Amino acid sequence: MSYLRILTNGIIKENPTFVLLLGMCPTLGTTSSALNGMSMGLATAFVLIASNMAVAMMKNLIPDKVRIPAYVVIIATFVTVVQLVMQAYVPGLYASLGLFIPLIVVNCIVLGRAESFAAKSTTTESAFDGLGIGLGFTMALTILGAVREFLGTGRIFGWNIYPEKFGSLLFVLAPGAFIVLGFLIALFNIFTKRSK
Amino acid sequence: MSYILIFITAVFVNNIVLAQFLGICPFLGVSRKVETAVGMSAAVAFVMTLSTIITYLIQGVLDSFGLGFMQTITFILVIAALVQMVEIILKKVSPPLYQALGVFLPLITTNCTILGVAILVIQKNLNLVESVIFAFSTAIGFGVALVLFAGLREQLALTRIPNGMKGAPIALIVAGMLAMAFMGFSGIDKTLAKLWGI
Repeated sequence: MSYLRILTNGIIKENPTFVLLLGMCPTLGTTSSALNGMSMGLATAFVLIASNMAVAMMKNLIPDKVRIPAYVVIIATFVTVVQLVMQAYVPGLYASLGLFIPLIVVNCIVLGRAESFAAKSTTTESAFDGLGIGLGFTMALTILGAVREFLGTGRIFGWNIYPEKFGSLLFVLAPGAFIVLGFLIALFNIFTKRSK
Repeated sequence: MSYILIFITAVFVNNIVLAQFLGICPFLGVSRKVETAVGMSAAVAFVMTLSTIITYLIQGVLDSFGLGFMQTITFILVIAALVQMVEIILKKVSPPLYQALGVFLPLITTNCTILGVAILVIQKNLNLVESVIFAFSTAIGFGVALVLFAGLREQLALTRIPNGMKGAPIALIVAGMLAMAFMGFSGIDKTLAKLWGI
């Protein structure tokens, strides 16, 4: 498969959030603002690329029976790296993303891609797949975060678009996450069905 | 009294699914029928309570060796191993229970609730007894949300839904309304704490 196709696959056809419906927990929990959503997406993308490549490189060394625990250890290692780096360089962001950074290790997307793609492909293909899925995920989270932030507080990425008092706080809170994601998936479905 | 407060807070005020966004994958995936919801919740309650005890004790060991940063790796390995063991033991000891719960067990390993609660009790600095009560109450909260949602979805299956909305979108919007309803419980924990002088 051409590398470009692998890349765009992760962004549109197999978008983890809108199509595969995986990784819902961080999608709902970290998108109270566009910046949080984007950072979470990028952190996950890093783990995806790194673990995909590592699994692809080591796939011939890992016995089939212990492959899932082995993948989990590989993924957990990279998640710990992300945790420590974020704690050191962007502590404010680390605090607002909170529990969801270590929870990347149980993000179904990462383990799922390792098992279904990286275990059967070359290192370069896996890197591109990690990048594509990671970008798709980041895009989805950024859009969701931006919509919630815009409707809830009148800002996007901190820029004031309209006064906060006209915003509806619900969208920044828990129910808003569910509702906005529901509508976004519906919109994505309508657009992708039209082009078929 | 403070234990009851932990229970009420974990089940209603800070519901793990509807307020903290953990366990959404099984919430959306296993909630089409009330029976499967109950089965999943029972399995989660069992694994969550057991794993919280073990990870809590392990954190003590990690801390005494200055290996706090190994938390993520060790916790997830412990949880994965525990679920595997529970499956094997359950198959041997109680085949009917295994039939009822067994199919959910592999799903529970990558369930963010288990790892999430394990990390939360460390972050909240609870002692062992409080951690067990917190874990069990959180699992009950998960069950409450799951069973309610399953009931709603069973009703939803009988109505007409626009094409674009079928499946995940309408489920999410209904979940949002359930979350809205649970928001009505917010503040109860503070009022009760004041009332009981905790």
